[in-house]
This record gives sequence, structure tokens and C-alpha cells, in this order.
Amino acid sequence: MFLHTLNTRGLRSQLKDSVPVAGLCPQGTYGVQDTLRGGFTSVKNELLPSHPLELSEKNFKLNQEKMNLSTLRNIQGLHAPLKLQMEYRAARQIQRLPFLQSSNLAVDTLQGSDEYIGFEDILNDPAQSEMMGEPHIMVEYKLGLL
Amino acid sequence: MALSTVLETPVAGFDFENAARNAALEGLLEKGQAPKPLKTGTTIAGVVFKDGVVLGADTRATSSEVVADKMCAKIHYIAPNIYCCGAGTAADTEKTTDLLSSNLTIFSLNSGRNPRVVMAINILQDMLYRYKGHIGANLILGGVDCTGNHLYTVGPYGSVNKVPYLSMGSGDLAALGILEDRFKSDMQLEEAKDLVRDAIHAGIMCDLGSGNNIDICVITKQGVDYIRPYQESEYVDNRKRQYKYRPGTTPVLTEKIVPLKLEVVEQTTQQMDSA
Repeated sequence: MFLHTLNTRGLRSQLKDSVPVAGLCPQGTYGVQDTLRGGFTSVKNELLPSHPLELSEKNFKLNQEKMNLSTLRNIQGLHAPLKLQMEYRAARQIQRLPFLQSSNLAVDTLQGSDEYIGFEDILNDPAQSEMMGEPHIMVEYKLGLL
Repeated sequence: MALSTVLETPVAGFDFENAARNAALEGLLEKGQAPKPLKTGTTIAGVVFKDGVVLGADTRATSSEVVADKMCAKIHYIAPNIYCCGAGTAADTEKTTDLLSSNLTIFSLNSGRNPRVVMAINILQDMLYRYKGHIGANLILGGVDCTGNHLYTVGPYGSVNKVPYLSMGSGDLAALGILEDRFKSDMQLEEAKDLVRDAIHAGIMCDLGSGNNIDICVITKQGVDYIRPYQESEYVDNRKRQYKYRPGTTPVLTEKIVPLKLEVVEQTTQQMDSA
């Protein structure tokens, strides 16, 4: 699929991993608020506290991975995390288009989450989400063209 | 209808979008009080005896000042040899113990072994520490495995204690008084059951959040004896669930029959083809 060959780390998509901080990072391109898609700016909306667990939950899996891989590097040397990460990155590319449900079978098997039931399997199942995204816009976002 | 503001599929797991809305609502409601979740306000206790572990719990679930459930089951199944009593928010204890039980079942199917109590404790501790106390579950886990008889407690922030006798919940101080006074190591089964029954009874008498019946669960190497209820409260509910009375219970004074006059308006016949 040609999506792999295009650069998927466009300017806009680099900002999407952050939680909005008051006034510093509006959601549009070039740092200007995109009123058409995001609505009017309101400092009050961004100052209100979000849940204390929001940030830590967003990055939980990533942080755990980093911790485990750095311990592995210290114990076994550079080759161990390198090989594991190589497999993980290859498996992560096996995806359907952004607006379709991917099974993520390879990634689950590598990370062991096919044998573990957590809150992510019970709550907020993406297959049953009430809001549907516009397919063209989701693909453009993924390619960083938005 | 497809929304153009949805740029990525939602991530599974906890969704925090209503946190800002709830904070705003709390400011708008009078006295700034959001509705409270159903707590169990409990007395639970556990004791290690010679051949295993005895767990006990009361059966009242409260929602602020109202008793929401008089026959709540607070002793949850985790594995064939491990049971868990839960105090705190009722939904949190239920879901956490369910998840734990599912994960241990997967493990025992994969490896062909009975799970150990330390495994259950480690999984619980990791899970509760990750959510920094927002999951309000105070649990007493007891079980018998190949390494012996174990009794552990896990707090909502992830603290773990391994002790021979234990009580948790809002009635824990009352129950602990009885346990501290009469606990001996290596007791017999009947003695241990009596001790746990007395401890829960003290919790029921001295705490408003505990009451109704007492459940006991005895776990030994031979198996599990889940006695529900071990002792029923004296205040029995005498309401009849069915209110049907036989004809003739009340005397008939008069009877008047009015025949309905029907006239035939239209008559049609339709052929059925039964082939």
C-alpha cells in the first residue's frame, strides 16, 4: 500500500501526541487556531483541569516499553532492544486504512497483549464508538497533508 | 453521520473527555456536590488457620445514607483456590476482581498450573498503582496454594501487606479488636470460623455502614466451602412478594351481568392454499 512510502510524519501530525496546554499550542497548522475545524479559542476551556490521570494514561504503554527496553539494553547489550524494536516497527505497519478497524494481531502477539485482559478491552471499544470520522480527512491527517 | 472533527479512531480504555464537564457542573450545582458512587461501607475480615484461610464479610451495600443492597455478595471468586473480599466502591471492587480472575484463568490455561496467591497480588498491585488510587478498591485476598496458606491486603494506592489476620472496611476497627484479642496461630477450623463470625458481628453492631447477614468462605487444600449466609440477621424481611389471593377470600355482595349486543357487519371468506 502506497501509504508506507509517503512521509507520514507531517508537521500537523507531530503535534497530535500532546495534551493541549493553555495558549501555547493551538490545534491548527503553523500554530494558529483552526476555527473552522476546532471552534473558537477560549483560554478558560484550556485552563480547566483535565483529569489527573489523563497524561499518565496517554503515555503509559510507551513509558513501560521504554523502561523495559532500556533495562534490556543494560542487561543484554544493544542487540536485544534493537532486534525487538525492528520486529515491532515491522508489525506496526500491517494496518488497514485509518478509518477501518485493524486487528493488530502481529503487534498484540509481540507485546503479549493477546493474553492479557485490561480496561482497554472492556471500556470504550473503538468498534462501537458513536462518532464516525470522515474517511478522506482521516487519511489526509495520517499522511500529514491536513 | 461522519464528523470532520474526528481525526483518529478513539483509543480504547478510559476516556477522560467528561472530566472538564464534571468540574464545570460541580461548580454550577448547589453545594458543589456531585452524586456519590455506591460504596460498600463494609466489614471484611480474614484469618489464617491450621489447614487454610477463612474469609468473612457482611452483606450491606450503602449509597450515602440509604441501604442499597441487603444481600450484597462481597466475597468474589478469583481462582479455584483463591477468593477475595472487597471493600470500597462496589463497582471498582467487582470489575477489578473480575479482570484479575480472567487474567489468572488465561494464565492457568496457558501453563496448566493453579495460580499462586503472589501472582494475584502482583497483578492487583500493578493495576491499582497505575491508576493512583482513583480505583477505590480495598481488597483482602486469601488463598491456599502449593507454598502454603496466604492472606494479603491490597489498598487502593497499591500498598500490599501480608499478615495472619486482617480486617478492612469502615467497620475494621471494631472487627480488629476481636481479632487482636482472640487470634492464635494454628487454630482449628471451628475456632477460626467462630472468631471470624464474632469479628464481623462486632463490625455490624458498631458500624452503620455494615449490617444484615454474615458470609463465610473457608479455603483449604481439599476445596472451598462458601457459606452464604453463615448467619442471618434477626431483622427478617416479612414482605410477601406475591399478592394473589384465592377467589372467595373477600365476600361477594352483589353481582350484575350485562350481555354485550354484537351485530354482524361484514363476513368474508378467504381461501387458504394448503399445498
